[in-house]
Amino acid sequence: MTDFLEVRNLTMRFGGLTAVDALSFKVDHGTIHGLIGPNGAGKTTTFNMISGFYTPTEGQILLRGEDISGLKMHEVARRGVVRTFQHSTLFAELTVLENALVGTHMPFRPNIFAAILGWDKEDRRGAEARAREALDFFGLSHLIEERAGDLSHGHQRALGMAVAYASHPDVILLDEPFTGMNPEETKHMMGLMRRLKEDGITILLVEHDMQAIMGLCDRITCMSFGKFLAEGGPQEIRNHPAVIEAYLGGARHVA
Amino acid sequence: MRNLSILLVGLAALIALPHALSFSQQEILVFLVINVLLVTSYRLLTLTGEWSLGHVVIMGVGAYASALYTKELGIYVPVSMILGAVTAALLAVLLSFPLFRMKGFYFLIGSFAAGEIIRLIWKRFREPFGGVRGISGIDPMPDFSIGIYQFDFFEPVSYYYFAGAIVIASLWVLWRIEKSPVGLTFHAVHWQDKLAQASGVNLRAYRTLAFAIASGFAGLAGALQGHYVGTVNPNSFDIEVMVFVLTWAIVGGTQTFYGPILGCIVLTVLNEIVLREMGLEQARPLIYGAIMILSILFLPNGLESLVQKATRRKPVAKPEEKAAT
Repeated sequence: MTDFLEVRNLTMRFGGLTAVDALSFKVDHGTIHGLIGPNGAGKTTTFNMISGFYTPTEGQILLRGEDISGLKMHEVARRGVVRTFQHSTLFAELTVLENALVGTHMPFRPNIFAAILGWDKEDRRGAEARAREALDFFGLSHLIEERAGDLSHGHQRALGMAVAYASHPDVILLDEPFTGMNPEETKHMMGLMRRLKEDGITILLVEHDMQAIMGLCDRITCMSFGKFLAEGGPQEIRNHPAVIEAYLGGARHVA
Repeated sequence: MRNLSILLVGLAALIALPHALSFSQQEILVFLVINVLLVTSYRLLTLTGEWSLGHVVIMGVGAYASALYTKELGIYVPVSMILGAVTAALLAVLLSFPLFRMKGFYFLIGSFAAGEIIRLIWKRFREPFGGVRGISGIDPMPDFSIGIYQFDFFEPVSYYYFAGAIVIASLWVLWRIEKSPVGLTFHAVHWQDKLAQASGVNLRAYRTLAFAIASGFAGLAGALQGHYVGTVNPNSFDIEVMVFVLTWAIVGGTQTFYGPILGCIVLTVLNEIVLREMGLEQARPLIYGAIMILSILFLPNGLESLVQKATRRKPVAKPEEKAAT
């Protein structure tokens, strides 16, 4: 069987700066995979390449053996890889329900002629049901009529994930999902991610919150200065000398 | 049933309206109806966040195309009007290739340039566009009878009914589009194009769709105007007219469907009734400019915000709401 999601020799150069340098790793189906590294390690750049936001300078991204590098973001999304954004990127002017409805764009593709004639009632009902289901999952059903921009930060992050979840993705790419959440919210969100995993959704996340990463991920890839550093389970990574060095600075000198 | 009765009363008022007006006012009413379609189609484009300066030229494309189809090919007028609209929409699809490489301000300037190029082409080529003088002697809409009413299209009242019916049907279609999932996607493209794209929305396709639909209805408005006036020429679709459309949309407000329509009606009434009576027609651009500046300063959400304030059921005013307003 071919690998589910594989990143092979991925390289991104911005002018003279090599942000990501020949990075390779694999994500297994149905796992939660963490991508960590100190600030400026190139995590977000990697993310942007996988989601199609950037076109890699070199290398490939293989989804079920198909090369998806260089595709536009909506084309990547249509292959089942849906991302969230680092900041609370939402349709702030629209209501919570409308936000989630945009998320159902792929399973319930709007058709303009059917819409004018009113022949898309079933699709609209289906889309709304799916949107409500996604909002329900993330505990937002009581906020359906609110403007997304008026929500609290934690709710906005949850809504961002609900929008992604509404599209029935195979892989969700989460860019720092726990930023700005208090420990209580983080714990709750971790529970939701485990449930997503039980649903068969593969999760790849970039995160700074080590507590969350270690508690949640099946496998972790650590990178530093754009390069692959180490990979393994939480225990291995926690005790990996190269990782400790990258985070704490040359341990040898301290000792 | 209350909505239905309001609708019927409104329709009766629209039917009765021209009989309360003078002949010249009836003519203005015809243009007003056509302009309502123009400005509403413009709003559909603004839903995706793009503001074009070429919309009036696209309207002209519809007018020219429909005029030429009847003149050169002898196509029956109502059919050629529809073909004129289709031509405008197809041209918009073509223009979308260069134009949608740009966004925001750059799109605005690009659309202006594209419009000017089209106008220069009309001016430059006598065959078939008639050069600077344009095309005259365009076939009028042929008279017909629907039993209870005899349409005589030299009468503005008849043309008002005819154009009014087409405009109402078009507005209904535009309304349905806006309230559909497609309309929601337009909003999504406007507010957060990256997130929309991450949800699988093909941005280019949706921008082009909005542009093509808006242009199609603008072309239809142009065709309605061309067959009424009987002539089209490049100068009747220049930037000055575009500024009027912009003013209608901005003064009316673009947050709601009825905002631009309201702006169009109020400013046309002001223009034709008040200014003409006072003999200030020459100062029209000046006064429009002043109205636009004043409305941006004192009514930034347009006339529609007044309507919203008036129709909102009065809640018990909360202190923080008072402070905000």
